[in-house]
Amino acid sequence: MSILAGAGTRVVVQGLTGREGTFHARSMIEYGTDVRAGVTPGKGGTRHLGLPVFDTVAEAVRSEGVDASVIFVPALAAAGAVMEAAAAGIGLIVCITEGIPALDMVRVKAFLRDTPSRLIGPNTPGLISPGLTKLGIMPGPIHKPGPVGVISRSGTLTYEAVHQLTLLGLGQSSAVGIGGDPIVGLSFTDLMALFEKDPATGAVVLIGEIGGSAEEEAAVLIRSGYKKPVIAYVAGLTAPPGRRMGHAGAIMSGGHGTAARKIELLEEAGARIVRNPAEIGKAAAAVLIGRS
Amino acid sequence: MRIHEYQAKKLLAGFGVPVPRNEVASTPAEVRAIAEEMGGPVILKAQIHAGGRGKAGGILKAANPAEAATAAMRLLGVPLITEQTGPLGRVVRRVLVEEILDVTRELYVGLTLSREEACIVLLVSPRGGVDIEALAVNEPDLVLREPISPSGLLPAQAERAAQALGLTGPAPAQAVRLFADLLRAFEATDASLIEINPLVVTAGGSLVAADAKMDFDDNGLPRHPDIRDLFDPDEMLPEELEARRAGLSFIRLDGDVGCMVNGAGLAMATMDLIALAGGRPANFLDVGGGVTEEAVSKAFAILTSDPGVRSALVNIFGGIVRCDLVAQGIVRAARERGIRIPVVTRMEGTNVELGRKILADSGLPFTAAPDMETAAREAVRLAREPGGAR
Repeated sequence: MSILAGAGTRVVVQGLTGREGTFHARSMIEYGTDVRAGVTPGKGGTRHLGLPVFDTVAEAVRSEGVDASVIFVPALAAAGAVMEAAAAGIGLIVCITEGIPALDMVRVKAFLRDTPSRLIGPNTPGLISPGLTKLGIMPGPIHKPGPVGVISRSGTLTYEAVHQLTLLGLGQSSAVGIGGDPIVGLSFTDLMALFEKDPATGAVVLIGEIGGSAEEEAAVLIRSGYKKPVIAYVAGLTAPPGRRMGHAGAIMSGGHGTAARKIELLEEAGARIVRNPAEIGKAAAAVLIGRS
Repeated sequence: MRIHEYQAKKLLAGFGVPVPRNEVASTPAEVRAIAEEMGGPVILKAQIHAGGRGKAGGILKAANPAEAATAAMRLLGVPLITEQTGPLGRVVRRVLVEEILDVTRELYVGLTLSREEACIVLLVSPRGGVDIEALAVNEPDLVLREPISPSGLLPAQAERAAQALGLTGPAPAQAVRLFADLLRAFEATDASLIEINPLVVTAGGSLVAADAKMDFDDNGLPRHPDIRDLFDPDEMLPEELEARRAGLSFIRLDGDVGCMVNGAGLAMATMDLIALAGGRPANFLDVGGGVTEEAVSKAFAILTSDPGVRSALVNIFGGIVRCDLVAQGIVRAARERGIRIPVVTRMEGTNVELGRKILADSGLPFTAAPDMETAAREAVRLAREPGGAR
């Protein structure tokens, strides 16, 4: 089992014919993802990587029955691509694109409120349900199927955590990056709720960072009686205030969004806090073995 | 990206925002000429990207053109140290010369982006000239917050905000117009912050933006070349500027263990690990996902050129970035520029064997570590060795 995407998920890649889209679609197909089609405006009717290419998402939905989209469209066109996917009835939209203007995301979020579509990202490595499907750009081989749900705001730090888990023999039910931008689709708490309902998930690893309030909201959810153990690491204890740490969303201002405060709240709420990022795997193992 | 007050005032005036008569100058002679032109007393404001200028002596009044020229001599070419600049301050290269307003009240108006609500928010307060974040915490009743839907500020919201400012006469109508103008400016330029602090009420009863601060969303800059041109390279450290040009994300800190990492989260985690191991990180450096060998080489050169850095830690988890490409970049930079400090490398992920081999075969004095914790400990140990840097 997994959350959001599994073996039956039929995928369309928006921006399939571009450099990034081609590279990662190929890697997804190799992983076993059921990629059915691509969308590139103006290239409808052609084929790419052996897949039919359509001008619009709606045509891909009609013709191939796709129900999830992975977006590799350039930054200034990506918001339009997300809204197009939602309007075409795509249930799960994973937007990999980095650099989307925040005001575009304001419009996207308002648009999505009136649709049932769920958005992951933007500026995310995507979502993987190991052994089943990969809707993203993460290296597949470091993952393995298992009981740990992973939620993160970053890319390579998630790979690091997953790698630690896998080396210890702990697989993952699903691993999801919510995205490093200030305004993103699904939040930590949305994904935690999904993992809570997933019978295959035994524990949740939460990888946070400075800025925003995703971790604070997670702490509130845990405190309200969250049913699965949560192991949390928050990056950025040594980050200076007022500076953007790479991710557009990783910034502390006016004393808000500090790693120390997030850690304190998560700890008070009952999460198992990992202070050393090299020990995320060990902490998860201790929690899972302690329960079994 | 932040711009100067004089740039923000010019930009906002273009959207109909009332600003004082003003002109920017970079020499005392220019200041004198502007003061003569304006006639009467003027105010000189040092143009740097930092708040707290008034308290630090960066804002001076002058009764006549001669005094203005003298004041300009005191400000120009000298570092101004405010509570926000750090101990070195910022060299003042320009001053804004403005007419002096007859002020009866100081108010606050700002627009910012709310991450949680995913919308623009209007903030107003009848108490201007103060730190609005502190005011919002200490006296929340004095700050009104109106979230704005993508379809715009509702008339009722605008009226509520004007009322919260405690305005009378023609000023409330002017305030409503001002909110609309500021919102148009915000949306048209992909701003992330506009602050008019203070917005003043003059003796004549009209509203004027006495100060203006604007930040922009870096992700919006590609569609606003005119805004991007307002970037002032003098407001950035030379190595931060060099990194920015190479497409790298680099922030100088005050420690002695340098680090180079792919990915922002992993870079922060690496800094935290250095601190856990008892060291102090010298920087944040994320080489990003689509990095080239050239950029890696640049990154490594920037990192190791800092005289305060006594050891360096390279932490790469290859995903899209291949370890071999990073290794080649490091070897190239080390051969071209030489390395005077010990370098600890930790690689994992895509093409890791090849990457490790390139480093090992280079004949250069790299220390390979099996995992990131060992790498951090080793880098901290090397930074502490007497005479550490070689």
